Amino acid sequence: MAGQASARNGTRTTGAPDVVVIGAGIVGAACADALSRAGARVLVLERDFAGGGTTAAGMGHLVVMDDSPAQLALTTYSERLWNALLPELPTNVEHEACGTLWVAEDEAQLDAIRAKHRVYADAGVATEILDPMQLASAEPQLRPGLAGALRVPEDGVIYPPVATLALLERACTAGAELREGVRVDAIGEREVHVGGERIVCDAVVNAAGAAAPALTPEIPIVPRKGHLVITDRYPGFCRHQLVELGYLASAHTMTSESVAFNVQPRATGQLLIGSSRELAGWDPAINPTIVHRMLDRALDFMPALARVSAIRTWTGFRPATPDKLPLIGAWEETPGLWIAAGHEGLGITTALGTGQLLADLVLERTPAIDPAPFAPSRVHATAAAH
Amino acid sequence: MDSSTRVVRITVDQQIVEVPAGVTVAAGLLDAGIWSTRTSVRGEARGPLCGMGVCFECRVTIDDVSAQRACLVAVREGMRVETTSVHAAQGGA
Amino acid sequence: MMTDADHVRAGLVVIGAGPAGIAAAVVAAERGVRTIVIDRGLEPGGQIWRHRAGAKLPATAMHWLARFGHCDAELLSGASVVDARRAADGVDIVADRGGRPLRVHARDLVLACGARELFLPFPGWTLPGVVGIGGAQALLKSGASFAGQRVVIAGSGPLILPVAASLSHDGARLVTVAEQASGAAVARFGAGLWRSPALVAQAVRYRARFAATRYRTGTWVTAAHGTERLTHVTLTDGSRAWDEAADVLCTGYGLVPSTELARLLGCTMERGAVVVDARQVTSIPRVYAAGESTGIGGAPLSIVEGMIAGLAVASPGAIPASLTRRRSALHRAATRMHQAFAPRQELRTLAAHDTIVCRCEDVRFGALLTASCARQAKLHTRAGMGPCQGRICGPALELLRGWSVDTVRSPIEPTSISVLCADDSDGASASDSASTGADTGSSFSSLAAGAR
Repeated sequence: MAGQASARNGTRTTGAPDVVVIGAGIVGAACADALSRAGARVLVLERDFAGGGTTAAGMGHLVVMDDSPAQLALTTYSERLWNALLPELPTNVEHEACGTLWVAEDEAQLDAIRAKHRVYADAGVATEILDPMQLASAEPQLRPGLAGALRVPEDGVIYPPVATLALLERACTAGAELREGVRVDAIGEREVHVGGERIVCDAVVNAAGAAAPALTPEIPIVPRKGHLVITDRYPGFCRHQLVELGYLASAHTMTSESVAFNVQPRATGQLLIGSSRELAGWDPAINPTIVHRMLDRALDFMPALARVSAIRTWTGFRPATPDKLPLIGAWEETPGLWIAAGHEGLGITTALGTGQLLADLVLERTPAIDPAPFAPSRVHATAAAH
Repeated sequence: MDSSTRVVRITVDQQIVEVPAGVTVAAGLLDAGIWSTRTSVRGEARGPLCGMGVCFECRVTIDDVSAQRACLVAVREGMRVETTSVHAAQGGA
Repeated sequence: MMTDADHVRAGLVVIGAGPAGIAAAVVAAERGVRTIVIDRGLEPGGQIWRHRAGAKLPATAMHWLARFGHCDAELLSGASVVDARRAADGVDIVADRGGRPLRVHARDLVLACGARELFLPFPGWTLPGVVGIGGAQALLKSGASFAGQRVVIAGSGPLILPVAASLSHDGARLVTVAEQASGAAVARFGAGLWRSPALVAQAVRYRARFAATRYRTGTWVTAAHGTERLTHVTLTDGSRAWDEAADVLCTGYGLVPSTELARLLGCTMERGAVVVDARQVTSIPRVYAAGESTGIGGAPLSIVEGMIAGLAVASPGAIPASLTRRRSALHRAATRMHQAFAPRQELRTLAAHDTIVCRCEDVRFGALLTASCARQAKLHTRAGMGPCQGRICGPALELLRGWSVDTVRSPIEPTSISVLCADDSDGASASDSASTGADTGSSFSSLAAGAR
């Protein structure tokens, strides 16, 4: 079972590591896994405990998104990797292959759904358009009067903290070492400084998520706060992950606060209700006004939620970049430094794709998708342009 | 319990049960010999523990509203109590 | 889709209608403070003054309940607080009352949330038929009958005596009563009660009611047995172990303060209790705490603290020295009680690897051994993710593993979605333009423009 002590200690502790990965969230874990299985000696340094940061706060959705061609390519690639791997991972990763329904409220949104269907088809992702009757049959708790939906059957849901442990366990089986409760003070040229100690290596990967700028200050990542509410167990209430089309706009815009309907069935039978986005620094406090708006939006779509018992609410900080794409690749200003951070609300979906892409770049193999849109160097170009 | 106590009739999992008037649902269930109010996540029988609304072991569905703590609700004539822990797909009326 | 909440404004809101809350409310209301009391229970009295209709309560309880009934304080029963926030001019409380939202705004707040039992896991403790000691008392007083049931009481603390007496009176067949504290510790505690002859007399009366049953000290339960219902328990005195057939096992190891609301507001805590000054003020101005949540000490102490808080709310004048002296004396008595009945070491090692620790999520003790803090355990095993929000497993794990409790967030009790999104009447933003939703781009820029 993921999480046993064996995940904590690698089989090799002597000799300098080839790669130091900073951050044992799901992205760091995926990088460690991809690099280790390719033969690199990996040391993962985690400030608190594995999977305890943004990874623990998110919805855990595996969802193909088409905000941009690059995002579509990365999410599609990564989701395929997940769907191939998940059958091998322990059941407490809680994979639900429930698919996603993008819900259209009116004809205009239905047009957008048809366009989305074509875009996904071109990317090789199978989808199906549901008419109102099919939608009502697929999801009886949705309010009547909706225009239809786009069903993406390959999408799903996992439980990220345990998935992270599973990836780390694979990495450690391949020789990686994980050290938790270790704060990195600074990144140097092919080395990291930890409490007075210098750890020398060939490459450093900054996978510290929303905290990545603390170690590499020019990284343009800001925390984008989100709220979630989880309910008691209501199996069958909701069969697919449900998202309103407006979710894309909410994720896209960087201004002010927004909420967008997003409900997930969990393997436990609980319902996870989101979503919200706001720029509020690092303040983790629950914002009741945002929670109200988010839940009102959810009630718009699923009125029967009104009597459902909510057990807990929490917040998390998505690592957001100005162009909505993560930074995956070399940070040319510091020799040996690579970045794998800035995944906003798609960290879970794109973790495996990120890990593979990063490993390919570090090990100078041909990546499966075009790495150019994710190149960290684009940050300098943007800065230079201003 | 003295003989002048009124009784009310409630249904518990579709069976009619007589319980004293004015007692809590949890107390009524115990008086009717029903010590299991729910089934746990892994299928184990559970009953009231703390008696004061903290432990949630006594949560039952009352008149189609789920997650009610039986120890905090007084019985009413005609009340319908369901002790399954897995809520109906409708999630409450 | 916004639900109308019931709105109430007051000078003082008291959370909890146990001895402390009642005393605070009575004292404040009698001095003209407009007072609201919010209580989870169906009747006032909290746990210790719970009573069946027509049942006889101690004179002190009757006195305070009568005064409470006559004073102008308004009682809102059957309401569970889910959120509390400081406002510029006081506090905002949101409660779930029968699935409907209740909002109270008040200048001052008295937290009188009481305490709950400490349960320590042992094999079989999750069987139907295993209840708390206070739990048995609560069930009894809310109408359950244990007549004819074979009952074993195995736990700790002074609460054992009145509960054993009540159960016996109800017709239960009390098989044995086991106190984990040693005979010497209990004797020392009893001897220390010379300051309170009334307490001694009361203890003697309680004991007399179950005189036929053996009261063993230095004895504890190590396992409960049965399939769908308890059939027997295993007890030990440290040298030998034996079984007793039982239908009901009452177990609990003293009380722990209920502090979720205080922590939500950000009050300073110490050793699991709310820190208060001589006027019962917490670290937050105009937020008071009284009773068991400031430290377990029994009903008399709760009453005194409640009175002091009520006086402090009503007027800036000095608190009468007689009250503060009485409070100090009762604090000393409480300390003696804690020392006498502290859980013994053996209780920490009763749980086996497959013993359930988190009852809500069925997490077993063995699964928790690799975690180093409560939050890590929660994320990796789900312990504490259930409806009780860690109230049962949290204190146990604090004792067993040394973990302090995770941070608290609203809702501090499960509540319906409709209560969570009840209308915020303090000038909430207009109903979401998301309901028009058509052109996602423009609707969200208008949303951004309109958002506060």
